[in-house]
Amino acid sequence: MIIKDFEHIQTAHCENGVTSSLLSYHGLKEISEPLAFGIGAGLFYIQIPLLKVNGGPAISFRTMPGNIFKQTVKSLGIDVVRKKFNDHKAAQRFLDQQIEKGNPVGAQVGVYQLPYFPVEYRFHFNAHNIIIFGKEGDQYLVSDPVMETTTSLSAAELEKVRFAKGPLAPKGQIYFPENVREIDQDTLKKAIKRGIKRNVRDMLMIPGNVAGVRGIHYTAKKVRKWRDKLGERKGGLYLGQIVRMQEEIGTGGGGFRFIYAAFLQEAAQIFGNEELARIAEDFSTAGDMWRDSAVNMAQVYRGRNTSQAQFNLCADQMDAIAVLEKKAFEQLKKTQKHLG
Amino acid sequence: MKKEDIPQDESGLKNFTREVTYAKDKDGKYSKGLSTGWEVKTAALQEAWKDINATVDQAYQLYLNGEKSPVYYYMEKCLMDLPTLSGYTGFFGFTIKRHMKPSVFQRLSNKKLQKYADAFNVTLNDLIAPKNDH
Repeated sequence: MIIKDFEHIQTAHCENGVTSSLLSYHGLKEISEPLAFGIGAGLFYIQIPLLKVNGGPAISFRTMPGNIFKQTVKSLGIDVVRKKFNDHKAAQRFLDQQIEKGNPVGAQVGVYQLPYFPVEYRFHFNAHNIIIFGKEGDQYLVSDPVMETTTSLSAAELEKVRFAKGPLAPKGQIYFPENVREIDQDTLKKAIKRGIKRNVRDMLMIPGNVAGVRGIHYTAKKVRKWRDKLGERKGGLYLGQIVRMQEEIGTGGGGFRFIYAAFLQEAAQIFGNEELARIAEDFSTAGDMWRDSAVNMAQVYRGRNTSQAQFNLCADQMDAIAVLEKKAFEQLKKTQKHLG
Repeated sequence: MKKEDIPQDESGLKNFTREVTYAKDKDGKYSKGLSTGWEVKTAALQEAWKDINATVDQAYQLYLNGEKSPVYYYMEKCLMDLPTLSGYTGFFGFTIKRHMKPSVFQRLSNKKLQKYADAFNVTLNDLIAPKNDH
């Protein structure tokens, strides 16, 4: 059984993609990936102190997994059904029932045992999202938003990734929007406004110095010390970890800043507001600066220039990015108030 | 970033997919474009893997030296940490640490060994006598 009208949409990020594809299937074609990301207040920066991920610093350029979908559907006033399972058989039965009903569903899966991913990309990351839109024999039809084309997984393969273990274990989670109605321009505008407001809060107003724009300064300060503290090799690997979190598949490039620029451009058009389009340029520049700093970090982890001056240069660039993003979010805060 | 600047370098994604990157068209409007990869981040991933492989080799050496049990070696090889392995086996972190001692590992029941074999996706024989073949 294939859900006929389901259309695979490739996106940069899996969660935006699932959100945007499922809403589009239910008739809301206007919710593009950037809109889903912006309404879901997806942009972020945090370095969690003391915590290590894959032996390096725990840094994220986006909000917590699950938040984008949650915020977007909530702001648009759409109901969501979510189910987690302990029993593997019950998990499969529920999925089969939804497919029988012709309802494509989002599923949370682990990446480590995902057979259609290149081996180099398979880490124990358990918050990947895919859509299941049919079943033929033993094969489930899969729309993975980061892939160019649709793929499939056998029942056994799907069971493994749905029940991956460890941090953020998916527990077979299935989710989908329900009773989706048309969205009028007013609701859409309100949702965008709310998303911007939330993102301003996340980037400017979280207390402490590790989250938001202050978090970028925090990491920059650490970067200056890495060479002395960890040595050239390990310090370089830490920089590599920043680059991976910032640029790897799923970010759309520049630590999600380009997607955010796209969101603000779309918002500018919806509101007919020039100021939003101008602020979009700042995020575009911020994304470019993140990529420039990645090029300099690469000099270190490739062993071409491992001097303290090079570490300082990377840190200086991060400080400059933080200054620019702070200015951009402050302007966004002002502009947002007058959106109507 | 401009559309024409989207990098098209060879990467691990070759033969799997291209990835979506957002970039500006000539009117300055952002939209989706496709990239085969970017050497800057490919290098970051490659260096990370060099580091992982060195850690796995080291873990294997510790197993050969009789300092660590195969549990330690396979945990590194499967890129796991204690919480992840704990999730797969149901053992507590401190129990797993004990099982990393060769003397304790040798006395484990087949039932417990099977849990590790399942977690690491290997046979019982390979669990007890691992080969370093990454």
